[in-house]
Amino acid sequence: MLPDDAAAAVPRAASASFSAYLGEHHPALLPANRSLGPVTASTDASHLAPHATTIVSLTFPGGVLMAGDRRATMGNVIASRHIEKVFPADNYSVLGIAGSAGIGLDLTRLFQVELEHYEKIEATMMSLDGKANRLAAMVRQNLPMAMQGLAVVPLFAGFDTDRHVGRLFSFDVTGGRYEEHEHHSVGSGSVFARGALKKLWNPRLDEASAVRVAVEALYDAADDDSATGGPDAVRGLWPVVYVVDGAGARRIPERELEAVAHAIIDARSSAGREA
Amino acid sequence: MTQQFYVSPEQLMKDRADFARKGIGRGRSVVVMSCRDGIALVAENPSPSLHKLGEIYDRIAFAAVGKYNEFESLRQAGVRYADVRGYSYAREDVTARGLASVYAQSLGAVFTAESKPFEVELVVAEVGRSQDADHLYRLTFDGSIADETGFVVMGGAADAVVDALRGSWSADLSLPEAVRAAARSLRHDGVVTAGAGDAGAPVLDPSVLEVAFLERDPDTLRGSRRAFRRIGGPELDLLLQNGQDS
Repeated sequence: MLPDDAAAAVPRAASASFSAYLGEHHPALLPANRSLGPVTASTDASHLAPHATTIVSLTFPGGVLMAGDRRATMGNVIASRHIEKVFPADNYSVLGIAGSAGIGLDLTRLFQVELEHYEKIEATMMSLDGKANRLAAMVRQNLPMAMQGLAVVPLFAGFDTDRHVGRLFSFDVTGGRYEEHEHHSVGSGSVFARGALKKLWNPRLDEASAVRVAVEALYDAADDDSATGGPDAVRGLWPVVYVVDGAGARRIPERELEAVAHAIIDARSSAGREA
Repeated sequence: MTQQFYVSPEQLMKDRADFARKGIGRGRSVVVMSCRDGIALVAENPSPSLHKLGEIYDRIAFAAVGKYNEFESLRQAGVRYADVRGYSYAREDVTARGLASVYAQSLGAVFTAESKPFEVELVVAEVGRSQDADHLYRLTFDGSIADETGFVVMGGAADAVVDALRGSWSADLSLPEAVRAAARSLRHDGVVTAGAGDAGAPVLDPSVLEVAFLERDPDTLRGSRRAFRRIGGPELDLLLQNGQDS
């Protein structure tokens, strides 16, 4: 029979999680361990830090795509025109963040290390459902901050290497995880983006037309939501778009996005209509 | 009551070192070599899943011989060290030197304080942007650390492999050439081709080789910041096959 402490090492090894290790040995490094103190009815910290806005994601045969605008706002002020809110999580998945920008960026960094850490310790990739569950757990850890106005709501998309399809997941601040079908959007402009996606998406999109649909949905969001930035032809700023398919995650180059954005602007100007 | 005999510290350390050496000597060899396009890691390992080579961080790899449970726990500890450090500072602040010195302290402490030393020998390898920035740190069971240049051989019949490799290694080798040179010299430790004549056609059986690269420029090659890449299956077969034709 194994001695007690040696036997206890077996269940302890069940978690190859980087964030669990941090929580045990370096708790101060976990974003969730920062707190603004006790929650009162008047505690609202949402005005203190920049807010990241709209993310759209859509599936197409053989993959999934995610796109985000480049704006962060603080109240009525544009805090950043250059911010990037869509990131590769690992080789086969991407995530986008909406909500409190600083916390979202921290969460992204932790999530990226979490996946890489698992891959190195276990010498295998985590399953796509496993990744979505880990992200849900991290979002839930941020619940106390969310109740003080600093909520982060990610959107997660990846290529399922077992089923060979692109899948996408949305989350709520309590750690709820929901698999979405066809397309989804989060953030302040998401309502308008979703309306656009409903009309523009179809099940036979190829990658190039999926990129166009995503950029156009963001254009519609920026049209009606002041916190979402449209394509900026003056500064040459285009949305950040990532595609994930069987070959992995890759970023769509700037010049392609520039062409797509110009095509949309030209089509709308020549139509000469209100919308 | 049992009588406690006096054992001199010299004798104690010698006994422990002999014990550890014996354990390491039973294992099969591992070669780590720095070359033009990066660092090649080649191990004799019949198991496709119980690795002797592992990724630690973006440009850092780990190679070990000895007892699997002992070096596996050291590898996992190294991954945790690197990930915590990279997360709390920045990715470029994780260095092989830092990791190697932590390993040295841990191995040294176990050697003197625990009832049994670790029966392992490790290499921590870091690939630089140029070949003179490559680092190969060799760590032995007693915590001694050596900064090696060129190539390192550990395990069973390391001396025979070093002799064989000395003739074929040069700094200008490409990664596939380095793997072929390492695989050829590994035959000299007498485990891979027991029975096959040394002068006969080279037998480079991919099924008993574990191969990994630390590529010098993974960002331009593959668009990834992670330099570590395992070479296995058809890719390894092809790589070894090409060497036999030429």
